[in-house]
Amino acid sequence: MKYSYFPGCCVKGLGRSYEESLLPVMQRLGAEVTELNDWNCCGATAYISVEERKAAVLAARNLAIAEKTGPQDLMTPCSACYLVLNKTKHNIADSPEINAVVQRALGNAHLAYKGNVKVRHPLDILVHDVGLDVIKEKVVRPLKGLKVAPYYGCQVVRPYATFDDAWNPTTMDRLLATLGAEVIPYPLKTKCCGGSLTGTVPEAGLRLAYILLKEAVRRGADVIAVVCPLCQLNLDGYHDQIARRWGAERIPTVYFTQLMGLAFGMPPEQIGLNRNLIPMKPLQSELTRV
Amino acid sequence: MMRIKRTIKYEGDRVRGFGKEIMNVPGCAQLQSCIQCGTCSGTCPLSIYMDFSPRQVVALVRADFKNEVLRSLTIWLCASCYACSTECPRQIPITDIMYALKQRAIKEGIYPRRFPIPVVATQFYKMVRHHGRVTELTLAMKMFLRTDWFAALKFWRLGLGVIRTGRFSLRSEHIENHAELDAMLASVDNGNGKAKEAA
Amino acid sequence: MNTNQKNGEIRIGFYICHCGHNIAGVVDCAAVAQYIAKLPGVVVSRDYKYMCSDPGQELIQQDIREHQLNRVVVAACSPLLHEHTFREAVAAGGLNPFYFQMVNIREHDAWVHTDRAEATGKAKSLARAAVSRVRFHRALETTRVPINPDVLVVGGGIAGIHTALTVANSGKKVFLVERDPSIGGHMAKFDKTFPTLDCAACILTPKMSAVRSHENITLWTYSEVVKVEGYVGNYKVTVKRKPRYVNEELCAGCLECITACVFKEGKYPDEFNVGLSKRKPIYIPFAQAVPPVVVIDPERCLQVRTGKCKKTCLEACADRHAIDFSQKEELVEIKVGNIIVATGFKLFDVKRMPQYGYGRFPNVITAIELERLVNSSGPTSGEIVLRDGRPPKSVGIVLCVGSRDVKTNRWCSRTCCMHSMKLAQLVREHTDADVTVFYMDIRAPGKGYEEFYDKSLKEGIQFVRGRVAEVADWGMSPEEEGMMVIRVEDTLAGFVRRIPVDMVVLAAGMEPQADAPEVRRMFNMSCGTEGWFLEKHPKLAPVSTFTDGVFIAGCCQGPKDIPDSVAQAGAAAAEAMALIDKGYIEQEPNTAYIAEADCSGCKSCLPLCPYTAITFDEAKQKAQINGALCKGCGTCVAACPSGSISQNLFEDAQIFSEIAGVMAEGDEVEAPGVPAG
Repeated sequence: MKYSYFPGCCVKGLGRSYEESLLPVMQRLGAEVTELNDWNCCGATAYISVEERKAAVLAARNLAIAEKTGPQDLMTPCSACYLVLNKTKHNIADSPEINAVVQRALGNAHLAYKGNVKVRHPLDILVHDVGLDVIKEKVVRPLKGLKVAPYYGCQVVRPYATFDDAWNPTTMDRLLATLGAEVIPYPLKTKCCGGSLTGTVPEAGLRLAYILLKEAVRRGADVIAVVCPLCQLNLDGYHDQIARRWGAERIPTVYFTQLMGLAFGMPPEQIGLNRNLIPMKPLQSELTRV
Repeated sequence: MMRIKRTIKYEGDRVRGFGKEIMNVPGCAQLQSCIQCGTCSGTCPLSIYMDFSPRQVVALVRADFKNEVLRSLTIWLCASCYACSTECPRQIPITDIMYALKQRAIKEGIYPRRFPIPVVATQFYKMVRHHGRVTELTLAMKMFLRTDWFAALKFWRLGLGVIRTGRFSLRSEHIENHAELDAMLASVDNGNGKAKEAA
Repeated sequence: MNTNQKNGEIRIGFYICHCGHNIAGVVDCAAVAQYIAKLPGVVVSRDYKYMCSDPGQELIQQDIREHQLNRVVVAACSPLLHEHTFREAVAAGGLNPFYFQMVNIREHDAWVHTDRAEATGKAKSLARAAVSRVRFHRALETTRVPINPDVLVVGGGIAGIHTALTVANSGKKVFLVERDPSIGGHMAKFDKTFPTLDCAACILTPKMSAVRSHENITLWTYSEVVKVEGYVGNYKVTVKRKPRYVNEELCAGCLECITACVFKEGKYPDEFNVGLSKRKPIYIPFAQAVPPVVVIDPERCLQVRTGKCKKTCLEACADRHAIDFSQKEELVEIKVGNIIVATGFKLFDVKRMPQYGYGRFPNVITAIELERLVNSSGPTSGEIVLRDGRPPKSVGIVLCVGSRDVKTNRWCSRTCCMHSMKLAQLVREHTDADVTVFYMDIRAPGKGYEEFYDKSLKEGIQFVRGRVAEVADWGMSPEEEGMMVIRVEDTLAGFVRRIPVDMVVLAAGMEPQADAPEVRRMFNMSCGTEGWFLEKHPKLAPVSTFTDGVFIAGCCQGPKDIPDSVAQAGAAAAEAMALIDKGYIEQEPNTAYIAEADCSGCKSCLPLCPYTAITFDEAKQKAQINGALCKGCGTCVAACPSGSISQNLFEDAQIFSEIAGVMAEGDEVEAPGVPAG
């Protein structure tokens, strides 16, 4: 199992604990991960707000590099990058106009893209390629008694519901259950966290994050598990502003890979659990007691 | 003193052909089939903050009310969660229509100058153009400076927090092979025969 | 008939129709007429605006008389439309109608091409082909095949019941076959019907009784059609009669056996109460079932499944001995002349819209479930209550569930607006609840329907124009705690609203039955892209199909309400009766015949005939075709190794000359390979 790895700007920045937990987990499970050479920003939602065809070209450079250097399964942890790279793939395949623009641009850089790259999310890779049985074998410290709210966010299931149901995805639910955690029913699992609006229009963006936190607490969750670095920042980074506006809802938010790391017996600092603004420490100490 | 306002739209307010232009964007032709059911607005988490609901935006686009649409805050408040596009009973890609409208608004320079969202978009665009990657701190700073730098103060706790937890980085992100990206982006015709950057 | 051959000379009259602008707009008709005029044997060649009109037909008849024509060719629209018209015209002119050939230059030429020169050239080729062919036509006679006056009606809902009664009342014998243990269909489950709020059972049960007691109707419930053979007027149908393990003649409907059953309580979902209550393995579908006979569910009854049961039911029926576990499935063959298919619809499975919460939230129900709650014979004796027994305080009715959505069903199910308003009125009558109807459009086109809408408004039912995106179970304000919340854009008021409700009713749309594809193949019917059975013409032939003798009525043809189903049922009955009263079918004489001298007696053709029209004469050692049974499929004609079988209207000489006519190059006026006469 070999994968190219497209981290994206956020995972190298504010979302670094995602990478810090994802890479060791992949290694423990025997998957080989190679960071894409000289990858560029995918454009996220901002670039395409300005110019559509250049956005396709921008993202396509990464696809072309992955196709050339291989492996052609490209692991993309950030949901926004996952969406943008998939959308670019579809646009190249479905729109002759975009395809022409992209191929000409790639040609200018002595690159080409023939459509052979598969853009995969780590959740998909871990559950469907590696498999829950293999993961279960590696669990040394089952997360017994830990109540987790599985939060997928929007861009990993919409509009491309390639590996799970768009309305009620269960990939992460099953993964968390395999780790021994208690997965609480969480109907807001695909509701938007506010995206980039938490920084630009906090009044609107933060309210969406508040609703997610409130309902997770109300339903008895100890922690929220996420798959996207922007969701993590939105649910972890603004508790003070949320408390000031609507009321405090204190619950930590971690990456699902960090929960995997904990269950595999990795020390919390190694998998970036010390980077949470809302710490998971009280729970950690329960769990790290072997 | 109560100020009353007269609102009526004349044929002259329409910009004929605008709807067709937006429909030319790949996938957007389907907006012709909109039955104005309101599912998009009902499911959109941001619709309660918008001046025109997503449904109204589609109606306005179809009826060629270009100025009303491009000047609205709605198109900027879209978080790209794709809930509307997924639920629409006519499979209209509303999120992509919002992107098309954002692009038009920026191209024509019609957007509120100190509104953070288009500012972030244009700054992001420039940063990626020049560096190939985004440096989060720099982007945030540019946004606050160009909109309302007092607003930055509200983020003090987050700022301290990311410094404390080591998520903060002063390093400027960029790619090595910048010439390659430059060559690629330069080859895209911006619709006026020249490879030119947007405003 | 006068063949009008003067010294064996072929005298052809050619007519090309303008069809107004339909043909003449693309094809240069005058040029074609001029071109054909030069072909050998063509005596008259005309172009005319509307050949099918009276003057057009008279033109043919006049020319036959004046010019002693013995062949006629008309180039016009599709033979499906006017071949019959022109054959009649030719016959009226004194010539055997089978000396006529029609050419389609409308659907095959003018309507599918835009280039005038090319279309005209094609018309010339097609016309030339017909002129070549028609020389080889021979005089033929139609045969009359008698029609069996019996009628089969498939499906015992309101449409099937009404059509059966109409046909039976005219004195014809009807077989009414229904798959469920009782007739009545969906209508039997309703409480009141719109717009009059008539009690559904009150208006339906008299018709159901009439079916039961009608001397001309043979009612077979718990039965299915499994095979259909034959053709219009002469269908042979095999019906599978499923064993109910109860003798219909002996059962008095006292229901003692049900009380006595070893199952003390109902355990299995009751179909009539759409799963809201439970029944035992022995049951009667509903109180007014027709026939009023108990039925035993073979998949749940212990005796039928395992053979080990105390059989208390038998004891309870000791005096009448109506229960009979030795019953077996029976296959019965019947012969009928016409078939009316009225198999109805099924409801959209609302679980396909998970965002509405059906199955997750206990108080999200479908409209048909609400019908059963409202109905006094239903599981709650007419009390509209939530699952915990409390009456609802706030009810939301969601329209267009599954309908008008490209992801599920594109069509409008036509009845949901009306039945939802009816249910809203009934809820207001039975409870104090607030009722809100969430709609995209209110469709109320029938007689009294708009007034019904006004009545709903006057009764204080709230209407919110906005399609519901989701039914959520998380609240954002104190009044929403513990309730289900409908978040919707009130498009008319212009803002998004959150409306807490304690009961949600989903107006599920109509769909074709799950086995519609198998059923329609069995009856040789087509269906539209959506799966509804296809009528012959959407405007002018709504109850006929493309298979003569098979008619459709009711919702199997498309969503509709009760008045329209009944109207179609009457129409189908009338169409069937028209055929029956005529007494015979004019059989197209395109039958096959054997040149005895050439038959080698190999018997290859015998097993091929789907109509068993070929027999073998042992004495002569030759095959023989019964023209009355032959349907002209052509299989034996193609298969015969010695080429001794030919087919009227499709003889080799005719076909080859037609091909030669089409293939002739350029503007040659020789009709190639054709000697005169």
